[in-house]
Amino acid sequence: MTRHEKLSMAQALNRALRDAMTDDPSVVVFGEDVGPLGGVFRVTDGLTAEFGEDRCFDTPLAESGIVGVAVGMAMNGMRPVVEMQFDAFAYPAFEQIVSHVAKMRNRTRGQVALPMVIRIPYAGGIGGVEHHCDSSEAYYAHTPGLHVVTPSTATDAYGLLREAIASPDPVVFLEPKKLYWSKEEVELGPQPPAIGRAVVRREGTDATLIAYGPSVPVALEAAEVADREGRSLQVVDLRSIVPFDDETVCAAVRSTGRAVVVAEAAGFASVSSEIVARVTERCFHSLAAPIRRVTGFDIPYPPPKYEHLHLPGVDRVLDAVDDLQWEDS
Amino acid sequence: MTGDADHLLPSDTPVTLIDAHGHPVADAGRALPDDAALRRALASLITARRLNDQAYALVRQGRLAVYPSSHGQEACQIAAAQVLDEGDWLFPTYRDTVAAVERGVDPVEALTLLKGDWHCGWDPYEHRVAPHATPLATQLPHAVGVAHAARLRGEPTVVMALCGDGGTSEGDFHEALNFAAVLRAPVVFLIQNNEYAISVPLARQTAAPSLAHKGVGYGIPGERVDGNDVAALLSVLGEAVARARAGGGPQLVEAHTYRMQAHTNADDATRYRASADVEAWVGRDPITRLSVYLQIDESDFRARAERVAEHLRDGLNRDVEPDPARLFAHVYDRPTTQLQEQAARLADELSREVASR
Ligand SMILES: Cc1ncc(C[n+]2csc(CCOP(=O)(O)OP(=O)(O)O)c2C)c(N)n1
Ligand SMILES: [Mg+2]
Repeated sequence: MTRHEKLSMAQALNRALRDAMTDDPSVVVFGEDVGPLGGVFRVTDGLTAEFGEDRCFDTPLAESGIVGVAVGMAMNGMRPVVEMQFDAFAYPAFEQIVSHVAKMRNRTRGQVALPMVIRIPYAGGIGGVEHHCDSSEAYYAHTPGLHVVTPSTATDAYGLLREAIASPDPVVFLEPKKLYWSKEEVELGPQPPAIGRAVVRREGTDATLIAYGPSVPVALEAAEVADREGRSLQVVDLRSIVPFDDETVCAAVRSTGRAVVVAEAAGFASVSSEIVARVTERCFHSLAAPIRRVTGFDIPYPPPKYEHLHLPGVDRVLDAVDDLQWEDS
Repeated sequence: MTGDADHLLPSDTPVTLIDAHGHPVADAGRALPDDAALRRALASLITARRLNDQAYALVRQGRLAVYPSSHGQEACQIAAAQVLDEGDWLFPTYRDTVAAVERGVDPVEALTLLKGDWHCGWDPYEHRVAPHATPLATQLPHAVGVAHAARLRGEPTVVMALCGDGGTSEGDFHEALNFAAVLRAPVVFLIQNNEYAISVPLARQTAAPSLAHKGVGYGIPGERVDGNDVAALLSVLGEAVARARAGGGPQLVEAHTYRMQAHTNADDATRYRASADVEAWVGRDPITRLSVYLQIDESDFRARAERVAEHLRDGLNRDVEPDPARLFAHVYDRPTTQLQEQAARLADELSREVASR
């Protein structure tokens, strides 16, 4: 039975965890402060009370240990969902993620699968101080063996997390912090697969904005403004960085002939540069202009009073759209 | 604070039951394993030594890239495997090939990694032996996870997690012990202290009174054992396994042994240690002392060792043609579109190479 409820993204994630734990006794949730507190963003609220300490528990403060223990539990029949408290605090776990989580299936020729989810609140826009705002997706996306997904709506947050937990592969689940509180009517129940599938969020005919996670609302707002100014922008939400949906993205770009990629992360050697390369390789003859990018600067994430200068905003996106060589067409 | 920490501290000297001359130690405070268990251990020790030396030779013949030998450390290898039940798990490092073999892994599959045919050569679930871990100490949290999952399901599994002296300096050693203690996970951590981490001696690794003392900081009992005395190892490790199985939580065991050969064949140990230091350990060999104690001629066990060595030689001398499709087959449960494209491109490239020959 499908239920509808108005939920924030954090609540939708919480529902996804609860529903997955109800459906599958092998699903266990652990991390720092995820027990009685319910996580610093309350995503695990009420899980210990409902399912007991064996199913949702606080661990010592040790991210490598959390991910490493999850590897062992996944090897031995469980489906761990672990929480890293913040993007930059996942770095102590990097070795476990890159050397073990990502490689175990390959190392063992498919004999050992690691069905596990690493949830990471990420990116900026909430006035966080240093080490709380990193867009770390490129590190994970660059590592073969991981799936990397990031929702931009509460509905996708629910669907993607359910799918990630059910996946036979390890999933790095990036939660845009600034969208935790944004609400919408959410369909709680089976949803069409979203891992590996981008979605067109807004139809448009003049140019395509390609975004993911926290940048999707920025792209949508830019499209809204552009519409008032007489330009029709299409918006594609990747949802899944790995696997990458070349088909949907390229079909969208071919349909308009122009594209701008919007992402918070520093642009150098990034997911946004990968998107430009892939789309250019595949759609060169459909392009009326070079693809533009609007990304964070190539700087460490700035202090709160500076973040508005750093983050891709509507004006910067529209400026990039203006640069798409309209006069030639 | 939890009161008395004394019960967590190791003995002042490593537990020894049979000394270097093959004599039983008086007042050891522990019973010697029975002769049948010791005979079984001796047979395995001799096979293990033979495998170590065979693998070393196969490097010289170019059949293996490199081999980190446990020559001289075989008592630790054999005891670690022999104290486990079928449903238990072993987490070996790159140096613990013969422990994996003692647990049932085919020696040819155990050396697939170093032969270069693939990474892990065996099915970890078949004998419950995790893949060789090369990034130091990273396997230890996995061992805790396997043990914790088993405990949650009410299974009587115990996990034997192996680590070197150098590995104890890594953060994952600390994290794993701390997690194991807090979760009361049934894990026995066995450190083979062979006094070196490649070229670096133990004194540069730690200022602790002993590695077993590290347990006290986590609330884990530590014990020290003569790592060349298989009787003592069987007793101490056997007790630790039984305690973990009964719900007593993890234990840390430090085995004092010595790396008799270079780190691997690629290493030149004369650059950092004197041969006299190595000579001093020849007289403490685990096989010699057990044969003297049991008054058994080692040659009684040679036939089995030779059979296993021959199996290894045959297996490693057999060339396996790499299957290009395998590169892409197990990155994910199902290859992504991108991997399918790359596999097709490689297949096409290879077919054109064949055609142009
Ligand atoms: C994280 C990491 N750093 C460095 C190395 C390179 N390395 C391989 S073995 C080794 C020495 C390890 O010594 P120890 O733990 O005492 O084990 P032993 O080789 O003596 O069995 C080093 C530094 C590694 N494998 N992993
Ligand atoms: Mg060592």
